[in-house]
Amino acid sequence: MPIETAPGLEAGIMLSSILFCLGLAGLMMRRNVIFMLMCVEICTNAAALMFVVAGAHWGNVDGQVMFVFVVTLAAAEVAIALALVLQFYHRKHTVDIDQLNELRG
Amino acid sequence: MQGLLAWVPLLPLIGFLILVAIPLFHRSEPPQKFVACIGVGSVGLAALLTMIVAFTLFWKTPSELVNISLWQWMLVDNLQVGFNFHIDWLTIVMLLIITGVGFLIHLYSVGYMRDDMDFRRYFAYLNLFVCAMLILVLADNLVLLYLGWEGVGLCSYLLIGFWYKEPANGTAAQKAFIVTRIGDTAMAIGLFLLFYEFSTLNIQQLISVIDGQEVNTEIITLACLLLLGGAVGKSAQLPLQTWLPDAMAGPTPVSALIHAATMVTAGVYLIARMHPLYMLSEVAMNAVAFVGATTLLISGFSAIAQSDIKRVLAYSTISQIGYMFLALGVGAWSGAIFHLMTHAFFKALLFLSAGSVILSLHHEQNIFSMGGLYRKIPLTFICFTIGCACLAALPFTSGFYSKDHILLSAWEYHQGVNILWLAGILGALVTGVYSFRLLFLVFLGKEGTASTHCKDANTPVMSIPLCILAALALFGGLLAPPLQAVFGVRPDEDHSAWIEGVAIAMPLIGLAIAWRLFLHEQKSGEQRSPLMQFWFSGWGFDWLYGHLLVRPFKYLSQINHNDIIDSLYKGTAAVSRQMNALLSASQNGQVRWYLTSFAVGSILFLALLVAL
Amino acid sequence: MNFVFYLTSAIAVVATAMVIFHKNAVHALLYLVTSLLAVAVIFYQFGAPLAAALEVIIYAGAIMVLIVFVIMMLNQGDSTVVQEQTWLQPRTWLGPALLSALLLAQLILLVSSGKISSNQTFHYIGPKQIGIALFSHYVLAVELASMLLLAGLVGAFHLARRKKIDSEGSSNAY
Repeated sequence: MPIETAPGLEAGIMLSSILFCLGLAGLMMRRNVIFMLMCVEICTNAAALMFVVAGAHWGNVDGQVMFVFVVTLAAAEVAIALALVLQFYHRKHTVDIDQLNELRG
Repeated sequence: MQGLLAWVPLLPLIGFLILVAIPLFHRSEPPQKFVACIGVGSVGLAALLTMIVAFTLFWKTPSELVNISLWQWMLVDNLQVGFNFHIDWLTIVMLLIITGVGFLIHLYSVGYMRDDMDFRRYFAYLNLFVCAMLILVLADNLVLLYLGWEGVGLCSYLLIGFWYKEPANGTAAQKAFIVTRIGDTAMAIGLFLLFYEFSTLNIQQLISVIDGQEVNTEIITLACLLLLGGAVGKSAQLPLQTWLPDAMAGPTPVSALIHAATMVTAGVYLIARMHPLYMLSEVAMNAVAFVGATTLLISGFSAIAQSDIKRVLAYSTISQIGYMFLALGVGAWSGAIFHLMTHAFFKALLFLSAGSVILSLHHEQNIFSMGGLYRKIPLTFICFTIGCACLAALPFTSGFYSKDHILLSAWEYHQGVNILWLAGILGALVTGVYSFRLLFLVFLGKEGTASTHCKDANTPVMSIPLCILAALALFGGLLAPPLQAVFGVRPDEDHSAWIEGVAIAMPLIGLAIAWRLFLHEQKSGEQRSPLMQFWFSGWGFDWLYGHLLVRPFKYLSQINHNDIIDSLYKGTAAVSRQMNALLSASQNGQVRWYLTSFAVGSILFLALLVAL
Repeated sequence: MNFVFYLTSAIAVVATAMVIFHKNAVHALLYLVTSLLAVAVIFYQFGAPLAAALEVIIYAGAIMVLIVFVIMMLNQGDSTVVQEQTWLQPRTWLGPALLSALLLAQLILLVSSGKISSNQTFHYIGPKQIGIALFSHYVLAVELASMLLLAGLVGAFHLARRKKIDSEGSSNAY
């Protein structure tokens, strides 16, 4: 069932790109782990948006199927990541990601 | 009776083992008497055995041969080396010298070393030396001979550096070891060549093989020259003579035994033993003769300029071995061995007397601070005079008979006046000069600085060997060994009387010159004329080798101090380490830094796409 | 309808920007929820109602609530705002912002350089089609996703357990 009034593929992709870049910028500039997690969510969401827009454009069901998987992945990832954040805070009593540099070469 | 001969080298070895093993069973150092009994007794027994065998078996029958096969040493394909002894009159002469003179010097050492802390170590080394030297002369094959050859080299090294706390002694020991090593390498190559050509290293088989078939003279010449290289190194002949004067750093009885009487004459023995080989090669014979002639002159002149009593004797040893080489080179095999024997007597006598002098003067060795000692140590003076007379070959001493024999052979060899004979005659003159210079400076003339507190240090154990050796040195000329069976008989020729006359006159002229020049010489040993300085330094050989070999070698080592070859690998390692530092700097553990790298990477990648 | 799209897009972008620059974690999270809701509206506009619903329920609902719980558990209080202030100096964020801007410019350049497709029609894809696709063609992926969730469950349970950490810190490595 085609919808005529859609804003166009390029617009969707650009929105997705903007959101992704914002998320990336946030990841790079924030030191708080919680904020970094949120930024990861932004990036994941931007990628999911891209799937849905492309799927809608081509009339393909795969786009939304991928969205479902992305949401699944995000849920699992957040669960693990939050557990790690809790442990990190428990051990170091801080949420500063820069303190977590024990793997330096 | 023959089996007893195997005990001759075994007894000193047992003595050595006992002396070395004492600390295993006994915590404290054993008493000197015990050590002396073991050390001197083992060699004394060996000497007794040798004499019994020599008189019972060999005295009546000069052509007697004894072969003793002890055990198989190594067996590789057709290389068959047995621990076998071959005894003929040449061996017997050497055995008598080594055990007889060796025993006397051991006995003397008991007195000489009485105050030394390392009494036991000294006798252990000395016994090991006698054992190795006996193996050298008893060996029936060249490999076993080489074992003894290296064994005496080792003992020489150990005994030169006996007082190792003085660094100079250690240096002298190393010098002796390294310089002889050059000759030993040549000798080893010679052995390889002989085995390659004739597939045997047994001396008797080798000789019969050479007799039996046509052989390549060039190979023989090469092999002879290589063996001569070994002999030259061990016997301190030109050009490897530089180690012997420095070897005087060892105790004086060691100088007497090893560096005068026995070990340094091993080269002479080797060439005499291999004489059928040398007879096939004119070139090798001439080489031997000229090495001997040059050496005897060069070291004779060096001896005139020395100021250390032992260095004079060392140079005279080199010079006398030069005479032996000259004799070998002109085919006077028995003359060489005869001179070897008499030299062993009178040079051991001289060294032991010098040892008494040194001990009496509290280890003073400079002859210019001696003088007028004849009144204070008369026995030593008499012995030293006898030794000097023999060394200078004054008529009717033992040295006279053997040296005369050599000079006559040199004359006969070229049927007239020739350069070898002239060298020998000149050498006789020089010998007279330096031996009586030594005698006059040490015992006659005015008293020197050291003479004033001279105290006779001779004890009976030192005096008895001195007297026996003095008797041997005087009358040893009558004991010409019957070596005809070994070397063949040479037809006697008639010589003009003047040749004998010249040979007798030369030492007397030398004595006169020494009397004129040195009897009343001022004690100003430090200022020398340039010529004397040149002779004093042994004709500058040390300087020459230092600049020719040691300095370039040190320079190269200096350059290669950091291993040029290794710098390649070190460079590789340094590059890897730099890369590692670079990469580990990027691996800083900061998650945000990694993210930024991701971002930069993707930007670059996308820039590629945009550009395309 | 295009007006609605641009409006929601603007809301999404602004809300996201607020997330990355805000000092207070809870406020930032609320902005993130706003952003997600805006994206859900956009999904709906692109004819993907199931995606829109899932976005609201799972993302804006479940996941964000999870993060809220964690923020509450950490319970850092007002000091965090000051801390974030010191952490977010211009020299800290300028570099990453420039890098991201560059990346964005490249992406836009790449997207706009392509041929603008003339066919701007979109297709409505309902939950039924997705359900059929998921449980026929993608059934293996669904199984894998369930395994992933299970692993996530176990992992989160294990990691979040509060173990007693001895003062030396020598043992209890995870």
